[in-house]
Amino acid sequence: MFLEYFISLLLGGLAKGSIYALIALGYTMVYGIIQLINFAHGEIYMIGAFTALIISTVITYTMPDTVFVVNAGLSFAGAIIFASAYGYTMEKIAYKPLRNAPRLSALISAIGMSILLQNYVLLAQTSDFLPFPSLVPNIKFLEPIEHIVSSNQIVIIVTTIIVMILLTFLIKFTRIGKAMRATAQDKTMAQLIGINVDKIIAITFVIGSSTAALGGVLISSNIGQINYYIGFIAGIKAFVAAVLGGIGSIPGAVVGSLILGLTESFGSGYISSDYEDAFAFIFLIIILIFKPEGILGRKDSQKV
Amino acid sequence: MNTKKLYNYITGRFGEKFGKIIYEFILSTTVSVWFMFLTFPIMVVKVNTIEQTIIWRWKNLIYVALAAFFLSFLWRKALAYKALKAKKDEGTKKSFSLSEGIYSLTESKFYFPSLGALVLIFATIPLFSSLYQTTVLSTALIYVMLGLGLNIVVGLGGLLNLGYVAFYIVGAYSYAMLNTHFGLSFWIALPIGALLSTLFGILLAFPILRLRGDYLAIVTLAFAEITRLVLQNEGDIFGGPSGINNIAAPSFFGLQFGLSGKTILMYYIILIMTVFTIFVIFRLENSRIGRAWQALREDEIATKSMGINVPLTKLTSFALGATWAGFAGVLFSAKTAFINPDSFTIWESVIILCFVVLGGMGSILGVSLAALILYILPESLRAFAQYRMLVYGISLVLMMIFRQGGIIDVKRKHYKLPDNI
Repeated sequence: MFLEYFISLLLGGLAKGSIYALIALGYTMVYGIIQLINFAHGEIYMIGAFTALIISTVITYTMPDTVFVVNAGLSFAGAIIFASAYGYTMEKIAYKPLRNAPRLSALISAIGMSILLQNYVLLAQTSDFLPFPSLVPNIKFLEPIEHIVSSNQIVIIVTTIIVMILLTFLIKFTRIGKAMRATAQDKTMAQLIGINVDKIIAITFVIGSSTAALGGVLISSNIGQINYYIGFIAGIKAFVAAVLGGIGSIPGAVVGSLILGLTESFGSGYISSDYEDAFAFIFLIIILIFKPEGILGRKDSQKV
Repeated sequence: MNTKKLYNYITGRFGEKFGKIIYEFILSTTVSVWFMFLTFPIMVVKVNTIEQTIIWRWKNLIYVALAAFFLSFLWRKALAYKALKAKKDEGTKKSFSLSEGIYSLTESKFYFPSLGALVLIFATIPLFSSLYQTTVLSTALIYVMLGLGLNIVVGLGGLLNLGYVAFYIVGAYSYAMLNTHFGLSFWIALPIGALLSTLFGILLAFPILRLRGDYLAIVTLAFAEITRLVLQNEGDIFGGPSGINNIAAPSFFGLQFGLSGKTILMYYIILIMTVFTIFVIFRLENSRIGRAWQALREDEIATKSMGINVPLTKLTSFALGATWAGFAGVLFSAKTAFINPDSFTIWESVIILCFVVLGGMGSILGVSLAALILYILPESLRAFAQYRMLVYGISLVLMMIFRQGGIIDVKRKHYKLPDNI
């Protein structure tokens, strides 16, 4: 019994951490390239979830005979496409004109964008919680261990692993990835060797937004309901995860997210579920006191 | 095809003047189509999962298309104007602008008369405004205090503090608890609340002084969230989610007041505290420690090499910032007579930070103005309550793009040598 409980907490924490990782990737990639805390990133995640809900509901009501796979596939694809489009547009409107501005200005612009997007969805849709259809298939052979781990959680973990592998490949071995790394290191130098920095930044936003949307749809179909406010809390948590791992570092974001998910899961499972959110923050403070640059962050010396 | 090539092609084909119009037209149409695509699922489709119906609002699509079409013209014009102005400023360096005109008011020659005039205006407001308006104004003044307090930390010290609300909580709850448990009066609790808040600030500052920039921001945010969660979950001590009620209003030499009398008394107390805040921060700004904070904001290493004790300077900035939040907290709980953890979310810190940045970091007048305008404006737009947060978000973005320095852009202090040396 003890072992089963432990394993279910472990897998639950991993699933939670995977979702944080999908969101935190966008934070950390954007931060790595333009040193901006993209406060509105959580809103992109929320918009992804809303788009999926709308597409899937429209398909279910207008064409009830559609196969589940097609429905889920279209919803996921729609969520990713629209969330990336929002990320791209947001960058063009709110951050591009502020490229050379003080960082605090860009942060306030991001906060403004976050308020704007939340209220846009609130006004155009609703402030109530909407039930979210289950877009993740139930896996048959997992039924005997259903009480330990749900198939949703397995799907979340597996999807995240696949996304991470693809992303690592993209960044390590493709031209775009190389250009992204160059831009992150030194923007002026990257421009001098012929990299279109604006384009690279736009691509970064698109990639970050699409992983966030993926995370949004996965977690929403696990939880079963959404409203316009879900993005804010998830965004804050993912930001904590990104900082925990060392902001700007992609493996750091993944490690930070998994640690955060596990801390929350074990903390609420063994100590007290009232303080689920607090464990993450306490852990963050302890880590940062002893290792101020995060777990995998680079220690950059201050230049005069 | 990129935009420059397109522009050249069109102007080559249709001539400079006519081609430019066509080019602008094409750009706006593209933007319009893009926004129609972007907003389609959320603006047009509305699903009702309970009645299992879908509402198609095609009218919204037309609105979006038209708005995007015309606003994109404006947007490009505004950006072009901004770029032009930046270029011009580079050439001439010095041009008299409105903000400098306002800024010169904060020089000490004009400072006290203008402050006095303002206080007089504010002091007469309750005489001819309704009780509701007085209450709104009291809250706005509390935000002015909070904005000015955070201004010490962010605007002068350059330490990004996203958890300022934690100190506000300490102030508010210390009065609430001292009053309901021990029956302490407002006047005794006011300094105690501020003192506790300062102590909390010092305690919090010790472990995190080593952190810089964004790490500091996230740790302060974490502290604020932990504080709020503790309040929410420790029902026996702090009243849990329902908070503490029946907090006594301040007394005044044993006089008895009705509801309106209490509100007006509270307003005057808050006004006096705000003036006191402005006075102290004005004196601090140009003191030795104030200069040290500003130096720290500009360059930490240079400050260190000038022989300034950096950790101590940071600590005082944090602690003094917390003091004002403590005062504001006590005033807040005395004003509302009821507090619960929901009044102290992260949003509160974020909004106070917006006051500081929008007002102009380090500018007392700017921060006060921003707090007043940004609090009262949404409040007076209650009729359009649905849209006010939307407008708030849009104006934050626009303000940052077109006027980065905030309402009053503080210029760095510099000495000007006379020409005839």
